[in-house]
Amino acid sequence: MARNRSCLYEEYVWEVPVRATHWINMLAIIALSVTGIYIGSPKTLGLDPSDYVMGWVRVVHFTAGYTFAISVASRIWWAFVGNRHAGWREFVPFLYPEGRRDMGRMFLYYVFISRKVPHPTGHNALAGTTYLLVFILYLVMVGTGFALYAEHAPGGVMHTLLTPLYALFSDQGMRLTHHMVMWLLVGFAIHHIYSAWLMDVKERGGVMSSIFGGYKPVKRGE
Amino acid sequence: MPKSSDEREVIPRPSGASAWEERGISRRDFMKFCTATAAALALPVSLVPRIAEALEADGRPSVIWLEFQGCTGDSEALLRAANPTVGEIVLDVLSVDYHETIMAAAGHQAEEARLKTEKERSGKYIAVVEGAIPVKDGGIYCCVGGRSAVDIAREVCGGALATIAVGTCASFGGIPAAAPNPTGAVSVSEAVPGATVVNIPGCPLNTDNLVATIVHFITFGKLPAVDGKGRPLFAFGKRIHDNCERRAHFDAGQYVEQWGDQGHRKGYCLYKMGCKGPETFHNCPTQRYNEKTSWPVGAGHGCAGCSEPHFWDTMTPFYRRLPNVPGFGIEMTADKIGLGLAAGTAAAFGIHGVVSALRKGDESDEGKEG
Ligand code: HEM
Ligand code: SF4
Repeated sequence: MARNRSCLYEEYVWEVPVRATHWINMLAIIALSVTGIYIGSPKTLGLDPSDYVMGWVRVVHFTAGYTFAISVASRIWWAFVGNRHAGWREFVPFLYPEGRRDMGRMFLYYVFISRKVPHPTGHNALAGTTYLLVFILYLVMVGTGFALYAEHAPGGVMHTLLTPLYALFSDQGMRLTHHMVMWLLVGFAIHHIYSAWLMDVKERGGVMSSIFGGYKPVKRGE
Repeated sequence: MPKSSDEREVIPRPSGASAWEERGISRRDFMKFCTATAAALALPVSLVPRIAEALEADGRPSVIWLEFQGCTGDSEALLRAANPTVGEIVLDVLSVDYHETIMAAAGHQAEEARLKTEKERSGKYIAVVEGAIPVKDGGIYCCVGGRSAVDIAREVCGGALATIAVGTCASFGGIPAAAPNPTGAVSVSEAVPGATVVNIPGCPLNTDNLVATIVHFITFGKLPAVDGKGRPLFAFGKRIHDNCERRAHFDAGQYVEQWGDQGHRKGYCLYKMGCKGPETFHNCPTQRYNEKTSWPVGAGHGCAGCSEPHFWDTMTPFYRRLPNVPGFGIEMTADKIGLGLAAGTAAAFGIHGVVSALRKGDESDEGKEG
């Protein structure tokens, strides 16, 4: 490895919108999960009927919900205008042979069959696929969240726009979905932090710091 | 009460404004009724005279009231109205030509009355349907006078000016249609596609909403505006949770934790006891039942979501806030499963981490290129 050090370049991998939406999503999901758990199983914290405990918790949930929705939408937009590491192709590696090969390699490493740590510059292929699933879960949360929210004003613009969701879910099914997907995202968060740590240690590509600063050390062919 | 045809001949029905007074309903009570109905319909006070005028006019629409897979709860709700005035007013502005429970005629005579109305007032009468309609095996699971419910409904509703489905069973299939739905029960609008149906669900329906719908029809000559589930907006346009008298306790964060606890005695919010007010659209909190006496949440019991489609399947368990997660035992709540999932993920990756940390000799790919 040491012999390569002189050939390492710093490459700008994660552009500002990628990093910004990453951290906004994280903060929003933490806020949404904490408030969501209270909404889901509240404790009697109000001492007086004029208190507004659940009221404020819901205000925070809805504000974080709007922030999250805008952040997710921005990231999706950036998948079409950003650099190639941010691009949508990174999230569908299973659609092209090279991506499928990378997925296979990554999988073999993860299950301890291969000792070779693949080291792509952007997302590894398995991570990219996972993020596709995570973004689908995000969209489910945003969709069901706003659909639950719009029920306070049936016939309003939001309620009308979300008509297909009401056809898709029963009222209770929608709540249960919104609730359960939170736990899937908690599971994802655990996996995500672990894998970032693992890759930081094993592939020695500076993955952890790259999401703060945007740069990764990259070896260029001579 | 509807009279059998000979009784009607004995007591000639006076028409016009005095008609009501002669039947023992004072002008004052009559106007009060018109005002209350305008309020239920969310109409401005300026339309009260128009409602009064329409009710005093002499064109009593004929009604055929059919009952199929139901418990007669909706008929009961109508007849048991605490204040007899309303019941009488409804039955007096209408000519209920057929209603198995309350009509004097029986057997072939009763069927004849229905056929007569169907023929003579074709396209002009109102059909009211109570109860679901089974369609499995040719509809044999509910027969009246030797004919299947679906057959009768298609004939009667097909020839009606409009059909009002009263109660949740007629509106959405209700309890007969709950899983596993052995008789293939469906709603009126499903059994009679093409009929003009307005749904007034509820278990039972709130009589005020039926009266208001009929008055709207008599006054304006058309059915009131409906939502996506065919329910009149004036009654089903708002969520119970958003008009509930316990809502301040919900926002404050004060919940009944157990039946009969301090919070329950103080009238706290029933959210944690499985109240389905947050997902149910109905005017119960404002209109209430039995001449505005009370309603479930007012009486200290959570809303069961009875006016929503498939409530027996989707709103259960009634005393838990969220449904059971399909495929897991009934003791498993969504949160127990979620916590298990999170703990399992953490454990799995923890083990993976230990193995990875102990594993020596992993090689990073050298082929990365910028
Ligand atoms: C990752 C994102 C999110 C998480 C983890 C989350 C979590 C939760 C949880 C656990 C509940 C309680 C559900 C229940 O038990 O009934 C809830 C309720 C709710 N959430 Fe979210 N949520 C998220 C995003 C959103 C978004 C984007 C919106 C849109 C504004 C939203 C709106 C709502 C609404 C309206 C409720 C019901 C509140 C009530 O009935 O008082 N959520 N959320
Ligand atoms: S009692 Fe039910 S409807 Fe009323 S505020 Fe509480 S949850 Fe909402």
